[in-house]
Amino acid sequence: MRRLRAYAFAFGAMLGVATGRGRRKRIVPEGPKAPAAELWVVALLLLSAVFAVGFIVVYATGHWPNRTQFEGIALGGSLAFMAAALIVIGKRLVVTEELTEDYPEQEHLREQVEVSQIVRESGSRFTRKRLMQGAAGAAASALGLAFLAPVLSLGPALDTDELRWSPWARGKRLVSEDGNPLKASEIEENTFYTAYPEHSSRNDIAAPVVIVRLSPQALKLPRARRGWAPQGILAYSKICTHAGCAIALYRKPTFPPIEPTPALVCPCHYSTFDPATGGSVLFGPAGRPLPQLPLAIDGAGHLRAAGNFSGPVGPSWWGVRKKPAIRPKGLE
Amino acid sequence: MIRRVVGFLDSRSGGAPFIRATLRYLFPDHWSFLLGEVALYAFAVLLATGIYLTFFFHPSLADTVYHGSYAPLQGQKMSEAYKSVVDISFRVKAGLLIRQTHHWAADVFMAAIVLHLMRIFFTGAFRKPRELTYVVGVLLLFTTLLEGYLGYSMVDDLLSGMGLAIGYGVALSIPFIGGNLALLIWGAPFPGDPSFESRMYIAHVLLLPALIATLIVVHLVLVASRHHTQFRRPQRGAGDRRLLGVPMFPAQVPRSLGLMLGVAALLFFLGGLIQINPIWLWGPYHVAQGTNGAQPDWYLGWLIGALRLVPSFDVTIGGYTVVPNPFWGGALFPLVVLAVLLGWPWIERRISGDRGFHNALDRPRDAPGRTAFGAALLSWVFLIFFAGSADRIYLFLGWSYEAQIWIYRGLVFVLPIVVFLITRRVCRELQQIDAVDRRREAGEAETRTAGVSASRA
Amino acid sequence: MRRARTLIAFALAALALAAVARAELPTGISRPDSERGLSQQDLGAQLYAGNCASCHGIGGRGVPDTNKLRGAGDVKGEGPPLAGVGAEAADLYLTTGFMPLQNPHQQPWRRKVEFTPKELAAITRYVASLAPGPPIPHPNATAGNVSTGFHLFTENCAGCHQAAAEGGYVPNARVPRIKADTPTQIAEAVRVGPYLMPKFSRRHLSDRQLNSIIAYIQALKKPDDAGGWGIGHIGPVPEGIVTWFIAAVALIALCVVIGERRRA
Repeated sequence: MRRLRAYAFAFGAMLGVATGRGRRKRIVPEGPKAPAAELWVVALLLLSAVFAVGFIVVYATGHWPNRTQFEGIALGGSLAFMAAALIVIGKRLVVTEELTEDYPEQEHLREQVEVSQIVRESGSRFTRKRLMQGAAGAAASALGLAFLAPVLSLGPALDTDELRWSPWARGKRLVSEDGNPLKASEIEENTFYTAYPEHSSRNDIAAPVVIVRLSPQALKLPRARRGWAPQGILAYSKICTHAGCAIALYRKPTFPPIEPTPALVCPCHYSTFDPATGGSVLFGPAGRPLPQLPLAIDGAGHLRAAGNFSGPVGPSWWGVRKKPAIRPKGLE
Repeated sequence: MIRRVVGFLDSRSGGAPFIRATLRYLFPDHWSFLLGEVALYAFAVLLATGIYLTFFFHPSLADTVYHGSYAPLQGQKMSEAYKSVVDISFRVKAGLLIRQTHHWAADVFMAAIVLHLMRIFFTGAFRKPRELTYVVGVLLLFTTLLEGYLGYSMVDDLLSGMGLAIGYGVALSIPFIGGNLALLIWGAPFPGDPSFESRMYIAHVLLLPALIATLIVVHLVLVASRHHTQFRRPQRGAGDRRLLGVPMFPAQVPRSLGLMLGVAALLFFLGGLIQINPIWLWGPYHVAQGTNGAQPDWYLGWLIGALRLVPSFDVTIGGYTVVPNPFWGGALFPLVVLAVLLGWPWIERRISGDRGFHNALDRPRDAPGRTAFGAALLSWVFLIFFAGSADRIYLFLGWSYEAQIWIYRGLVFVLPIVVFLITRRVCRELQQIDAVDRRREAGEAETRTAGVSASRA
Repeated sequence: MRRARTLIAFALAALALAAVARAELPTGISRPDSERGLSQQDLGAQLYAGNCASCHGIGGRGVPDTNKLRGAGDVKGEGPPLAGVGAEAADLYLTTGFMPLQNPHQQPWRRKVEFTPKELAAITRYVASLAPGPPIPHPNATAGNVSTGFHLFTENCAGCHQAAAEGGYVPNARVPRIKADTPTQIAEAVRVGPYLMPKFSRRHLSDRQLNSIIAYIQALKKPDDAGGWGIGHIGPVPEGIVTWFIAAVALIALCVVIGERRRA
């Protein structure tokens, strides 16, 4: 009996709550039911689940051809069906009310005034404001600089001489990619070779040179470079003076009377250099000739550097022109 | 149940009033207002896929030899970084899908930001009180450019190495400080100190994403605090003072979630079906190697175009190099575009003298000067962007590269002016058509009322 | 009646002209009236005289300056001597359709080959007979190593031909996509160095290295597109096109679907 009464009480309480909720004014307006749209959503969500499971299956069953494509279709499909379900919910199932409200207040004048007042009044006990500001400024900027100072460990920022380093020097032999010294007699016309300094790092912007051979009559080198190209063999830095890409193109005419002249070209912005005239710019954006490496042929017929480059290697920087290429300190 | 959760949260955080207001935050409706959301969701995909990639990427330039399943690289010397990305592509299950989705998401993220910026610019949404939101947005665009550049640069394949060489050349070319700056960033002359790879890595996976996320949060908080802009709908009361829109909940949430999943779906479809940056075809990088027609990702295409268009000269004084060539196209050009974009709200205020608050948007024709300027700027940047692929155009269409370059060099000065004048003209004509329409409608209404009163009389 | 006759006459004349134009235009080639009774050497000599001599000179002596000699299609020629280039170069230039050129200032570019195989063999033999020269090479790609080939290709070829052999640009010329080339043509081109391409002798690139390069180019004809649609294998340009013309368009469409005007 008591139990029954308790049940009745609970039921009444529930009813009361329910009716009480019903009495509250709705915030979100009621809309018509759309059972068809609900079915669509269910179908789309189930499809999404199927595709997601499909992804797991593709992932788990290992290495078959076009695996990535099936993975993409499965995962993309699952996401796409879920997106479609949500769009149907958004457009067909939830109520879309258009409401209006005022834009927020543009300015809070009272607070503006009060903020500045608080700041001003808080400093009223300071009598030497200028001095204080100066001292605080000095401390803050000195501390800031102190925090910034360790940044210099990132690189030799104060000394830019390193930019001019080159492993080349008089007597260095030129070796091919596989390390064999290059012989002058091996160098042919109408083609190009990449060479590196013997016993030096190759992954250095100043290391690789490109070698071409022109007929000695075709050379128009500046007077100061006479003798830099024995037998017409020329060596230039393989790094473009514009933006540092490798000069990976050699253009050589098959029939010189009507075809373009021989040229070394950078494939990034197509700066084009003339090997016959000491690397001067024929076309493209480079503003500085390609640095030339003077060559000599030793008794064994091997190619050797006869000195350092005609100028610093690689892209230009402030004041680059007046400075020669140099050997790193340890190697001098 | 819901009530209990809300009660729990509210009594611990006092957040109920805030949640209550947020649920009924109003979104004005126009499809173009969703472009920013697209960018946001692309960023979410970038974060998710990027985190996955960090589990497998090895940011080291140490030499190693490849012995994996891709035969053409078998036995080749390469860096750990490059090898780990080849392994992500061929060895890690679902690795290639995630890697390609990440890259496509970057391309799409940038495209969405540009589209969103165009919407903001051409409708005047940047005006008071939203200049800060706009400035943060423009900063986001340029931060993400750098983020994207670092992303494909740290892979150490042939294309990324060439891209870094160009970046190094541009850094060096900055007057006064270029040499110092480049040495500071790279740690040594190009290709730099071995630690350069970890510098790029930490910048790409932590510093810049954190900065981007912070800027996005600031951007969104500012948007929400001033509420969205809207197009005028006078008949429904939507204008500068009153906002008309659908509430966040329930109307907007499923739509936004649908958009988010739709963006993710598209990115995973692209990631699975269309190959992007197949680094196994480019091969590892070495300073002495290059591939023809090296291009950056599309969002840096305008810079390679500018670098290629500048004629051959360095600014020198008495044989002393003052401004090396790459500075113009690689540094000054983007800085000018950045400065113009950042300063535009104030430039426009200067010109128009309009200092008022604006919540309602202009249609592009309503502000012929702004629209014409925006179109001119866009055409200028686009032309230079287009010039960046002149070599490919020559290869496919046979238009001489040299001739194209000279034509573009001329058009760079002519095209923006022509576009400015034409756009302004078109806007004014459209305005006149509108005015005629309005007068006719007014006249018709008048005759109608006159007819009514006449019949009454 | 009279008018009708004139009309018919005009129509016939037009047809005849069209037929002549048709007969002449597409093949810029002059052939001996009848091949009957001609030895291969004579056929080669006649075809050479008709199609090549205006630029390359009588007997392959070359035409160093513009001179009065005119050839097929009224071309006034300027061209290099061919004595000593051998069957190697002749086969390369003829089987790729590089030659004959419409005009000597044109860049040789892959075109439909107008000569019949028999004619090709005849001219090649004739050119080879002018002076001793290298024969047609017989590369063996299967003996090559793909990985070595990849490395050598990047080192020597990718600067012009692009890393995936899709072609490119060198100032004043286009660089062909070499995926359509047969192993023999690739070997010939490497050794001959057509137009602006450098030539690589056996001392520079051994036959074994050449086999490896060819093996890699053969592999590139069907590259490993593990990522899906290869979109041309030239990297960022088509990727940008996909971003804007597929992805951005799809996303704008999605925004329009989601954000179209709502009814209250």
